[in-house]
Amino acid sequence: MKRTNELIVALAVLAVVTVITWGLFAVGDNMPRGVTPFSKDVYHLHNTVLGIVTVIGILVFTAMFTSVVVHRKSKGYEPAKFTHSTKAEITWTTIPILILIVIAIPATSVLIDMEDTGGAEMNVKITGYQWLWKYDYIEDGISFYSALDRDSNRARQIGSGINPRDVDNYLLEVDNRLVLPTNTRIRFLLTADDVIHSWWVPELGWKRDAIPGMINEAWTYIEEEGVYRGQCAELCGKDHGFMPIVVEAVSPEEYRRWVEAQGGEVAMEPEEHPGFVGRDRASGSDEQPEESAETINIAVLEQG
Amino acid sequence: MSNATTANHDDHHDHHPTGLARWLFTTNHKEIGTLYLVFSLIMFLVGGAMALVIRAELFAPGLQLVNPEFFNQMTTMHALVMIFGAVMPAFVGLANWMIPMMIGGPDMALPRMNNWSFWILPFAFTILLSTLFMPSGAPASGWTLYPPLSLQGGNSLAFVILSIHLMGISSIMGAINVIATILNMRAPGMTLLRMPLFVWTWLITAFLLIAVMPVLAGAVTMLLTDRFFGTSFFDAAGGGDPVLYQHIFWFFGHPEVYILILPAFGIISEIIPTFSRKRLFGYTAMVYATATIAFLSFIVWAHHMFTVGMPLGAQLFFMYATMVIAVPTGVKIFNWISTMWRGSMTFETPMLFALGFLVMFTIGGLSGLMLAIVPADYQYHDSYFVVAHFHYVLVTGAVFAIMAGVYYWLPKWTGHMYDEKLGKIHFWWSTISVNVLFFPQHYLGLAGMPRRIPDYAIQFTEFNMISSIGGFAFGFAQLLFAYIVWKCVRGGAPATAQVWEGARGLEWTVPSPAPLHTFDTPPKVDDSVTAHKDELS
Repeated sequence: MKRTNELIVALAVLAVVTVITWGLFAVGDNMPRGVTPFSKDVYHLHNTVLGIVTVIGILVFTAMFTSVVVHRKSKGYEPAKFTHSTKAEITWTTIPILILIVIAIPATSVLIDMEDTGGAEMNVKITGYQWLWKYDYIEDGISFYSALDRDSNRARQIGSGINPRDVDNYLLEVDNRLVLPTNTRIRFLLTADDVIHSWWVPELGWKRDAIPGMINEAWTYIEEEGVYRGQCAELCGKDHGFMPIVVEAVSPEEYRRWVEAQGGEVAMEPEEHPGFVGRDRASGSDEQPEESAETINIAVLEQG
Repeated sequence: MSNATTANHDDHHDHHPTGLARWLFTTNHKEIGTLYLVFSLIMFLVGGAMALVIRAELFAPGLQLVNPEFFNQMTTMHALVMIFGAVMPAFVGLANWMIPMMIGGPDMALPRMNNWSFWILPFAFTILLSTLFMPSGAPASGWTLYPPLSLQGGNSLAFVILSIHLMGISSIMGAINVIATILNMRAPGMTLLRMPLFVWTWLITAFLLIAVMPVLAGAVTMLLTDRFFGTSFFDAAGGGDPVLYQHIFWFFGHPEVYILILPAFGIISEIIPTFSRKRLFGYTAMVYATATIAFLSFIVWAHHMFTVGMPLGAQLFFMYATMVIAVPTGVKIFNWISTMWRGSMTFETPMLFALGFLVMFTIGGLSGLMLAIVPADYQYHDSYFVVAHFHYVLVTGAVFAIMAGVYYWLPKWTGHMYDEKLGKIHFWWSTISVNVLFFPQHYLGLAGMPRRIPDYAIQFTEFNMISSIGGFAFGFAQLLFAYIVWKCVRGGAPATAQVWEGARGLEWTVPSPAPLHTFDTPPKVDDSVTAHKDELS
């Protein structure tokens, strides 16, 4: 009698919990699929793990709410006396371990793939500054800074009177985009000049910290032409929210034309860039750093 | 200021100063517990006000209310105040009130140190909050104080570091006191495996505190000398390493996360059996699971920093170790549900908060498992997905458990029942609004919104608005909580000694309100009075 009761209630609760969960998935955003083999792997891995934890959650909540509905004092339910079950405890220790192994296998293989930065066809050095990015195309000798575009910068000031909705790609547009060829294995070398930044374009599938005095590596292989936008992801001071990243992926032929059009142009010094505020802006600090960390970074890069 | 009264009482224990002096000089565990809890509530409201500044600015795109510098000060101070000012002192307050009564001891083992560990805190937080009024402003580099950014700030950094040292000293003394009390003050028959789970989780938490607070002290001291005395521990230009700070900080920081949640597990393990009218399922397994989680907390720190560029082997190790935490945590969840299973449940406010904890902590735990997966974490890291995750475990986890504990023990402390109807309104109001507040942040993170930004791109508008509305609703619900507590202290239906029909354990054998001194002569303890019994033990 009681057993059927529990079963019927459990099925009803299962239905309710499933519908609520489905609703939560239906109204919200998911991670972008992205445009690189790695971002697609991450997307699938994310969906797999999300699916597994969702099923676990649904089962846990079903058991819990079945009990909440059925085992009530107001329904005259007498408490049972059991306090222990070795069989049950071994089961719910073992099954999670098996699930973890199922998750760990694809996670490990995707990670190994990501960490293999060899075989690059071109290298781009990314340097984070407060609060703009510098891109150095090592092979093509191009070098420039990339900062928040003027329209966004005007609109974002307190009392600007400009509605952000009227600005195209508000806070996600830059003056100089990072132009990259599609179908090319590109290695990034990331560092920073002042504080730690983090370079994140969700469509590429990863973020990586840009740390002063260190060179981090990451790679990408963009499969689709398009414009992909991201932001600095590591708190880097007052304008952390205002140093976007825009990648413009074009065909290799168009990329060559773009490289030629850049010919002979020398990058501005960071101090000349309108978006640059500089490390000596630091409030309360009256001493100048003795040596720029960037000098050291470049020395390290050239050696190795 | 009143002077200590010299009136003589028959019972020498009962003579003590009145007025302010009573609270300044008290060595009584119940009074010190009250001080901790009141302090914690004040800090909870202060930290909550800072959160509302953040949510107000994020209500719409564009900067409307505060400039980015102040916004960053708010995120930093909100975290420091909530972690060190609200959640940790609340647990210490509950420990002070309940541990001696639960183990049948007369007081904490080290009462004068107990007084000192509390009275450090108001000074520590006065120093911390005073930085808001300094010319260089409060710290604005996040509560993690990562260099080099934290070293760019002004002289207020020195005050912040001093206040962190004071908080650390207070925590360590509190932890020593808890360990000394549990190991020395138990009544005859109260063997370790008869102790209530709240006592067990606090014993383990106290060891975590002693192990990691000095590590934090070391990290911030190195920041201090880097900033003011010309050292280069974390400065690459001088041969240091900014990532070293992150390793040291998170070696403290991850056990700290469990310091904030293990006592919550203990509270939930007290409440669910009471309102299920059934003893805790798998008591021994719960104790071992707590110890396992505490051990694992020391070997997973680098999962907070997967994007700094670690060797593959290190990333794999930290990923696997982090995933393993799901196993003992799962054991706890399954044991709580098994405790409820075929019990005879009623749903008073403490039980409602415990069930809310169970659901929402599980959501936070499952998103935690997702965050452990390194390749996916390259996307989640430093996004709002992380913000949603840790608020699910800290607000609907730790804070909900504290509230459950307050409602559960309030009749024992005051001798009055709280207003059950208002308590239930508080629960439902909080639960609905907190989900409106934090659930949409999962979507924001997955869609690519970084954390700690004062302004955002247009596509993030809707979910930020929803989140802000939830934030204000949740914030004002806590004023109702303060009112319910105040009302209960002032009066209400008298509480019986046992208070709850299904309550078991020594704390329910003393009258309500608990007299200032309990168990001056130790009670006799056997399985008939303890809350827990497990065939294994």
